[in-house]
Amino acid sequence: MPERIVVPFGPQHPVLPEPIHLDLVLEDETVVDVVPSIGYIHRGLEKLVTKREYPEFVHVAERICGICSFMHGMAYVQGIEAIMDVEVPDRARYLRTIWAECSRLHSHLLWLGLFADAMGFENLFMRSWQLRESVLDVLEDTTGGRVIQGTCKVGGVRRDIKGEKLSDIQKTLPEFEQQCRDLTDVFLNDESVKYRLGGLGVIGKSEAYDLGAAGPTLRGSGVDWDARCLGYAAYADLDFKPVSHPAGDCYARCAVRLGELFTSIDLINQAVEKMPEGPIDVKVTGAPDGEYFCRVEQPRGEVVHYLKGDGTKHLTRARVRTPTLANIPPLVKMLPGCQLADVPVIVLSIDPCISCTER
Amino acid sequence: MTAKEQTIIEIPVTDLLERTRKLHGDGYRLVQIGCTGLAESYEINYSFDKEYRFQNLRITVAPGEEVPSISGIYWGAFVYENEMHDLFGIPVTGMNIDFQGAMIRTGEKHPFSVTRKGEGPCRNA
Repeated sequence: MPERIVVPFGPQHPVLPEPIHLDLVLEDETVVDVVPSIGYIHRGLEKLVTKREYPEFVHVAERICGICSFMHGMAYVQGIEAIMDVEVPDRARYLRTIWAECSRLHSHLLWLGLFADAMGFENLFMRSWQLRESVLDVLEDTTGGRVIQGTCKVGGVRRDIKGEKLSDIQKTLPEFEQQCRDLTDVFLNDESVKYRLGGLGVIGKSEAYDLGAAGPTLRGSGVDWDARCLGYAAYADLDFKPVSHPAGDCYARCAVRLGELFTSIDLINQAVEKMPEGPIDVKVTGAPDGEYFCRVEQPRGEVVHYLKGDGTKHLTRARVRTPTLANIPPLVKMLPGCQLADVPVIVLSIDPCISCTER
Repeated sequence: MTAKEQTIIEIPVTDLLERTRKLHGDGYRLVQIGCTGLAESYEINYSFDKEYRFQNLRITVAPGEEVPSISGIYWGAFVYENEMHDLFGIPVTGMNIDFQGAMIRTGEKHPFSVTRKGEGPCRNA
């Protein structure tokens, strides 16, 4: 029996933009066990809820993460609106949907670039990020912010997108979609990519479900669960089907995210087509008294914002369960059996967002 | 937003494992475990989902009261249970992976604990 050694992976590693640590137990080059370790940059943002009034806390929620920023803000305000029974204007619901899908597009393109980089496919990395820039341009143009949008507020949104700009966005979608198809063709059909990802980091359907996996990690194992099917924002009015893939390996998780690019484009298109006229916000008075678990499908999976208020301006609790936290147990189960050289690709396949995890 | 129906069932700590095992057997997925500090106790929510039906089991425990781990039923529960221990100081017994308080590297020990009083950045009002 080969001697077992422990190799530390992270917290600083070329494929990790943020710190997470894994103790890899190896027999020769094969991983036999993994112990994860997080908490290097835990910020305790949840505690801030007792120091900020509830309408202000959306700014903190948006700063949990720079990639899922908009959707953290949206989940938070939706939770408050549910507690206070606030009916948000239809136009605000549609605008939130457009920005949420733009966020998903830029997040997936960011991940595709990082994933290509982890595989050593540098021009695919650059092409992915080039496409991402056009999405960031739309976000900047419509919200004023590339990273933090700051448009969600309790009772609606702060900014409108006028009709002319909406049709401008819509006109760019066919070309953008074609560019995404070209990118998808390389990711899914290039022999070197298929060879690198196929059969790697496999997690089966029942295991992924049982471990509480979220987002593309869950759907990449064949479970077509997507929180957008709950019908928040404008999703109940739009035609939408979750993307899933049965293989459960790195290739499948990549394929799910590629498929979701087209779902997002289609959802933006539908939202623009059906955009209702009317106000973008309602006046909200009083303070939340009650509790609610708001679930939103972020790019990395389902996020849960648990909010509890006691009728004062300060909430008593805001608890955020981020998708990366839910995807750590599946990651621990994916790694045993793989080679040491495959660890970076498998870790990246869950799209770890440590900023979210260390909220 | 129209609030979706969310079931919250309050149970005693002694029923936790049995109720969790039942939900697991019924095909529920563990969504999260979250803790909320009350005046002199903690409220812990165990959230589950099955085909978009959202169920919560809720237990209330006093500071220092032990809570049994559900990681023997839902293997992935260890991340939430270690988090609960590291931030709130709740002793969770029988975890499959126990970081012994080292999963979240907090500058202050148990910063969200309801028993924290006095000075310091994490003090309670």
